[in-house]
Amino acid sequence: MPIPSLQVSNLAVARGDRNVVEALGFAVAAGEILHIRGRNGAGKTSLLEVLCGLRLPAAGRIEGQPDAEQRHWLGHKNALNPALSPDENLRFWCALSGHAEADVGDALQRVGLKAQRHRPCGNLSTGQRRRAALARLLALPRPWWFLDEPLAGLDHAGIDLLAALLETHARNGGAALVTSHQPLPQGLAGVRTLELRP
Amino acid sequence: MSAAVAVFRRELLLAARRPAEWAQPLVFYAIVALLFPLGIEAHDPALKVFAPAIVWVGALLAALLGVERIFGGDLEDGTLEQLLLSDAPAPLLVAAKLGAHWLLTALPLVVAAPLLGIALGLEPLAVKVLTLSLLLGTPTLMFTGGFAAALTVGAQRAGILLPILVLPLMTPAVIFGGGAVRAAASGLPFDAPLYFLAALLALTVTLLPFATAGALRNAIE
Repeated sequence: MPIPSLQVSNLAVARGDRNVVEALGFAVAAGEILHIRGRNGAGKTSLLEVLCGLRLPAAGRIEGQPDAEQRHWLGHKNALNPALSPDENLRFWCALSGHAEADVGDALQRVGLKAQRHRPCGNLSTGQRRRAALARLLALPRPWWFLDEPLAGLDHAGIDLLAALLETHARNGGAALVTSHQPLPQGLAGVRTLELRP
Repeated sequence: MSAAVAVFRRELLLAARRPAEWAQPLVFYAIVALLFPLGIEAHDPALKVFAPAIVWVGALLAALLGVERIFGGDLEDGTLEQLLLSDAPAPLLVAAKLGAHWLLTALPLVVAAPLLGIALGLEPLAVKVLTLSLLLGTPTLMFTGGFAAALTVGAQRAGILLPILVLPLMTPAVIFGGGAVRAAASGLPFDAPLYFLAALLALTVTLLPFATAGALRNAIE
């Protein structure tokens, strides 16, 4: 059964004492990728936090907001303890959700971290840590992905990898909301762009 | 419940990776308690009178040492945000984390207490009461410290704020803990202060995880 769509109407998002986003309306359905674009300070992260349910909107309605079991949040921080390896970090997140840990090795292989899977995350590069964070999306399958600046720290191969992951996710009936100030790789199917202006 | 077990196991794994972090309070505790006799005189009868306070204040300061780090690392690397976003109840995760910290940093203090009690000249009954009082009181210190750590996590100058915030909250445990040992050493009934410690334990362990989880939610917003 396809996941219900996320519908936003007349949404306002505040940061501090001012609204950074006002009177916003859109819908995201299964199989779609919404690319939220905008300059620094346009309110991309604040909007994504509200859509994900991290904080409340200043005004407006959000329908079909996924609950914790159905969504992944990937923020600016990777949620990887530097003393633990990518394998141990991912096993922890799987155990926390009561999910089988068997997919961890496969997920790390898919993001190109097979050789680094047992190295402490503190010894990995910024891009490798970002890949390990992306592996969490694969090890714990959930239909909704909320990705805040996921391209940060990734090289060209990493960006192509993310594009492939997004495409597969959308093809499998998932949906993703991605913020970025730079364009997503060209040719990525199912992408709609929402431009935020400060 | 599996989420709490996962958090508990992760804390043990992290402690195995960084043994200095959990050994530090124990070393500090032993140094404080064992240097005290050198400051007075090893055979001074006053030492026996001060012993309960020395061990209890030593335990409090040792417990404070690691408290600031409980949530700091998790906030920094984004783990805290993900934990609070998960579908597992946040107070349960907090309780598991603080329980693991108690096991790693405070239980060794309880185990070492009889040795320190004997070194400070306490009678066997007083040593027994000292150990029991610490067993009942250290979880209170840990859960209170955890709550204060959650209130100050991410704050600038948390290192100064935290002791100022936490010391008044920890004082009842020290008063009743030290009081129980003093009563036992003087041949007086010592049940009442131990009951008070047990009541404090029940209150802090059941209520503070909720307050701590609320403070942590506030910290990530």
